[in-house]
Amino acid sequence: MKIALSAEGNGLDYKIDERFGRSLGFIIYDLDQESLEHVENRQNREAAQGAGIQAARTIVDSGASVLVTGHVGPKAFAVLKTAGVEIYTVTGATVREGIERYREGVLKRIDSADVEGHW
Amino acid sequence: MKIAVASGKGGTGKTTLSLALAGYLANRGYRVSLMDCDVEEPNVNLFLKANIRAVEQVSVPIPVVDGDKCTGCGLCERICAFNAIAVVSGKPLIFKDICHSCGGCMLVCPERAIREVPKEIGDIEEGSAGAISYIGGRLRVGEAISPPLIGAVRKHYADSHYTVIDAPPGTSCPVMAAVRGCDAIVLVTEPTPFGLNDLKLAVETMKRLDYPLGVVINRAGMGDDGVERYCAEEGISVLASLAHSREIAEKYAAGEVVEEFIRFFDGELGEIVSGLERLTGIRAVEVK
Repeated sequence: MKIALSAEGNGLDYKIDERFGRSLGFIIYDLDQESLEHVENRQNREAAQGAGIQAARTIVDSGASVLVTGHVGPKAFAVLKTAGVEIYTVTGATVREGIERYREGVLKRIDSADVEGHW
Repeated sequence: MKIAVASGKGGTGKTTLSLALAGYLANRGYRVSLMDCDVEEPNVNLFLKANIRAVEQVSVPIPVVDGDKCTGCGLCERICAFNAIAVVSGKPLIFKDICHSCGGCMLVCPERAIREVPKEIGDIEEGSAGAISYIGGRLRVGEAISPPLIGAVRKHYADSHYTVIDAPPGTSCPVMAAVRGCDAIVLVTEPTPFGLNDLKLAVETMKRLDYPLGVVINRAGMGDDGVERYCAEEGISVLASLAHSREIAEKYAAGEVVEEFIRFFDGELGEIVSGLERLTGIRAVEVK
């Protein structure tokens, strides 16, 4: 099973990027194989609009069934929800801590967007 | 002559100057149209107090998908330059508030599963105050995309010697929609570092349109000479400087600024009009 985390860099010790749509990138972590893949988010970060929608597409296309990030706006939430991706939020943690906390079941799961667009 | 009154920075006095120019010209016997293209915060008529004759609704076409015909092929998502469509789990999600109504998704859909329905985005009101014809747009609260409404305001035509267009602030699409097709642009600024910074952005943007351009310095004397130095260096004509006045500010706050402003700045308004005639080579008497 794969879990996606918005990340400030390519590695487990980078911070989780609190922004979702305009995150610096994403770590796609395979919990069973304990393997890591990094996905750039440059194109969405520079999009004039719809960054959250396209970032959500990136997550859906990666095959991850769980997203751990800082905040999610309404449009990204709609895409992720339609695809059945579970969303958990965390702030001030590294990617490694995010994965550990997800495994321990202590992350907060959200069932609606927790911020307005462009927060 | 169509004069667009714009600025980089908000709150520099675009609306006040638009109203004053329109009033000044009307007082001299010209037929004048005043267009409020700042549709996200239209305030011309707060001061003009025109009698409104007609209100029309403006809509844009928005795609809707017939779920029975859609195969989830994703061509609509790929053609959309505005990220307004995401096909997820075989189902297109359409985000209406960022759709630019280009119709591309409808054209590429091989199943003809997409049709367009109108979505109201705002109103245009028409009226008059004395010799001034007024046309103003008002965007619905919550709508994000104003250029189609601004374009619709600009399409209204009144037989006038002068059309004064109160443009929105900034340097993005709404400003472009407001100034397109004008004869001259007046950029209103204030003589402060903030005013200068945004004036530079506006000048860089407007230069690309290649319309005659002049600057009006409002609240002159309250800041520094940075704007004047910049305009001299860039060869931009400063049409007039309007001295900072507490009296004018008080009248503005009371909603009665226009008559006072015209009386107070009669000479400067004349300089602006003659400056625009010089820049464009257009004199009102030559306008049909």
